[in-house]
Amino acid sequence: MQKNIILAGVGGQGILSIAAVIDWAALNEGLEIRQAEVHGMSQRGGAVQSHLRIADHEIFADLIALGTADLILSVEPLEALRYLPYLAPDGHMATALEPFINMPGYPPMDELLAELRKSGRPVLVHAAEIAREAGSTRASNMVMLGAGAPFTGIAPEKLEAGIEALFGAKGREIVDINIRAFRKGLELSNT
Amino acid sequence: MIFTHSNRAPEGANQYRARMNRQLLLGAEAVAQGALDAGISGVYAYPGTPSTEITEYIQRSKAAREGGVRSSWSTNEKTAYEAALGMSYAGKRSLVCMKHVGLNVAADAFMNSAITGVNGGLVLAVADDPSMHSSQNEQDSRVYGRFAMGPVLEPASQQELYDSMLHAFELSEAMRLPVIVRITTRLSHSRAGVEQRTAVGQNPLHAEYAPERFVLMPHNARSQYRHLLDLQPTLEELSESSFLNRPVEGKGPVGVIAFGIGYNYTMEARVAHGLDCRVLKIGQYPLPRKMVNELFDACAEVLVVEEGYPVYEELFRGYFGSPKVRGRMDGALPRTGELTTDLLASALGVPLPETAAVPSMVVNRPPELCKGCGHRDMFDAINIAIGKHADHHVFSDIGCYTLGALPPYRAIHTCVDMGASITMAKGAADAGLRPAVCVIGDSTFAHSGMTGLLDAVNDRSPLTVVIADNDTTAMTGGQHSSASGSKLVRICLGLGVEEHHIRTIVPLRKNLEENIAVLGEEFAYEGVSIVIAKRDCLEKAAKEKRRTAATGK
Ligand code: SF4
Repeated sequence: MQKNIILAGVGGQGILSIAAVIDWAALNEGLEIRQAEVHGMSQRGGAVQSHLRIADHEIFADLIALGTADLILSVEPLEALRYLPYLAPDGHMATALEPFINMPGYPPMDELLAELRKSGRPVLVHAAEIAREAGSTRASNMVMLGAGAPFTGIAPEKLEAGIEALFGAKGREIVDINIRAFRKGLELSNT
Repeated sequence: MIFTHSNRAPEGANQYRARMNRQLLLGAEAVAQGALDAGISGVYAYPGTPSTEITEYIQRSKAAREGGVRSSWSTNEKTAYEAALGMSYAGKRSLVCMKHVGLNVAADAFMNSAITGVNGGLVLAVADDPSMHSSQNEQDSRVYGRFAMGPVLEPASQQELYDSMLHAFELSEAMRLPVIVRITTRLSHSRAGVEQRTAVGQNPLHAEYAPERFVLMPHNARSQYRHLLDLQPTLEELSESSFLNRPVEGKGPVGVIAFGIGYNYTMEARVAHGLDCRVLKIGQYPLPRKMVNELFDACAEVLVVEEGYPVYEELFRGYFGSPKVRGRMDGALPRTGELTTDLLASALGVPLPETAAVPSMVVNRPPELCKGCGHRDMFDAINIAIGKHADHHVFSDIGCYTLGALPPYRAIHTCVDMGASITMAKGAADAGLRPAVCVIGDSTFAHSGMTGLLDAVNDRSPLTVVIADNDTTAMTGGQHSSASGSKLVRICLGLGVEEHHIRTIVPLRKNLEENIAVLGEEFAYEGVSIVIAKRDCLEKAAKEKRRTAATGK
C-alpha cells in the first residue's frame, strides 16, 4: 500500500490540520509517513502545499513525483489546479469551492469550474456552507478531509479517531463539530 | 506542540505522541530531540527559516526545562556561536543553530573555533535553503565545513538526523572539534516517524586552562592549525566506518554518488523505475576515500547528486575535467535549485511521464503582509512622505516588511543582508543621496543594525532610520526580539542619536497625516534621525492569546 496525497491551499487556511489528522491515523496504523510542508515566507497568504506520503514499506523521498499523486485535496479551488502535474492518471481531486482572492487576475468562477471539471470527476464541495451546518465554518477543512477520505487509504473510523485525538484538548463540542463536518464531507464522496 | 506554526494546527498533538514509540517529528525537531537526548546543556540560535523549529522545540520541551537546558534566543548568530563555544569551553555539550546565511555572520567565530578546538561537544546545526524558498541565496554550508577542515554530517532522513546528533557530539568530543550537521529545507520541514533512544546525561562543569589552544596568538595559532591538518587522515578514517556512509549493491556502467537527501531521490527513482545502478550514500565528510575510489573504479560513469552546490562534483572533475563525472555542471542535473525524484530519474535515463500542465488561468499567489498589519500603514506613510522627492530610494532589510517591495506598496528598493539597510543608506548619504532613508525591524536592528547606526552617528551622516517595531521576530513565526519598545530608544540614545530626533509614531490609518508630517520633518533633517513605527504584530498578539487560552496563564 502506498498513497501520495497533495494538500493545497493558501497560507493560513489550515491544511496542516488536515495533514495532522491523516498523520495521526497513519502512525497509529503502523505505517511509514513522510509529510513535507511549507514554512516561512509563503505562509503569509502565499500558495502553500503539503506532500503527504504514507506506505506500508520504506519511503525514501519527502516529495511526490510528477504524475503519481493519488489525491489532490485542496481547500481553495484555484490552488487545486496549481498541482495538476502531480496528479496520477487514475488520481482523484477534491476541492472546496470558496475562492480566496488576494491577488490580481483571479479567474472568473465559471471558467475555474470548467477547468476543474476537465480533470476527471472532481469532488467539488461547498465546504464553508457544509461546515456551518455542522456547527462552525472553521471546520471546513474537516469537511474537505471527509470528502477526500475515501482516497487516503485509511478507514474513516481511524481518521475520526485522529480528529478526536487532535481536537480533544479543545473540548467535546469542538470535537463533535469537527466529526460532524468530517462525516458530511464523507457523505458527499460516497454518494 | 509539535506544530511550529501551531496557529494552524489543532491542540493536543502532544498527547498521541506520548503513546507511540515513534514520534512524528519534523527534521528540525529530530535535530532538537536528538540533541536533548545527547545531553546538551544549552542551545543558542537566532531564528531563520528553515532552522527556527530546532530551537522552538527545545524551548517547548518539558525535559529541557527540567534539565535546565538554556534555550532563549540570541541577538545574532555570532553571539550565539560564541556563547555555544563558551559553554563547550566549560565542558558541557552545546548546540548552536542557524540558517545558512546566518553562518556568514558567525563565520569568524566558527572558523576560529576549528583552530582552538572544543572541550564539551559543540555541534552547529545549519539549515541550507536550496531553491531559496525563504532566503536571499542558496549557499552550501558544506563549503564552510571544507573551509574550516572539520567534520560535516549530512543525514538523509529524519531518523538518521536523530541518530546523528549523539554521533555528532561524540565525534566532537573525540576529535575536540566543532561538528557541522547540515540540513536542507526539505528535510527540516518534513515529518516522519522517529524512534527515540535512551537519553544520556549532561556533562559536569569542567573548564580547563588551555591557553595554548584558546589564546590564538600567532605561535599558538600556528601549532593549532598544524594540529588540525594532522587530524585530517583520522577524520577521513572515521568517515570510512561511519553509519552515514554506505554503498548500495548494484550493477551496470553507471553509478551514483548521492550526498545527504540526494540519496532519497536516487533511491526513490531506483525503486519507482526498477533501476539497479550502484549507489554510494554519503552522509559524513571528509569523504571516505576508499569507498569513493571503489565506486569510481567499478563504474564507467558516475552521477554526482548533491542537494546544493556541486561542491564535490567540481572536485571529482578536477580542473581539466574528467569525462566520467556527470551532475549539475554538465546539465545532467540542473545547476541550481532543489533536487526531485523526477530530476534524478531523468538524469538516469528514464523518460518523464506525460503529465497535465498547470492551466494558464492559475496565476501566481505571492505572499503578502497580513491584512491589518501595521507595516501596511507604515509603508503608506513613507510612500507619501518620500513621494515628494521625485527620485527617491528606500533601503531596507530582512523581515515581514521586505514584502513592502511588492505591489501595491513597492516602497523599498533594497534587501541584501541583516542590517545592510542602515549601512547602505549611510554610504548612499555619504555619496550625496537625499533623503537617505532606511527601514529595519526591531529584531534585525538588534541583530546587526546597532553598529551601523554608530558609524552613522560618528560621521553625522544625514540619514533617517525607520525602525518598524512590532515587538517580535515576525517573519519566522513570532520569536522573542532582543530589543524593542523603550529599550530601542535607550539604545539609540546610547549610540549618540539626539533625543529630539528619536521620534515614535503609531502606524494606524487614523494617524496617517500626523505620521507623514513626522517622517517629512526627519527626512529633511541633515543628521541622524530615528523614527520608530511602533505597533505590535497581529500574529504575535494572536499567538499570545492562544497561549493564554491553552495554559490559563
Ligand atoms: S506576521 Fe505580523 S509583522 Fe508579519 S505581516 Fe503579519 S502582522 Fe505583519
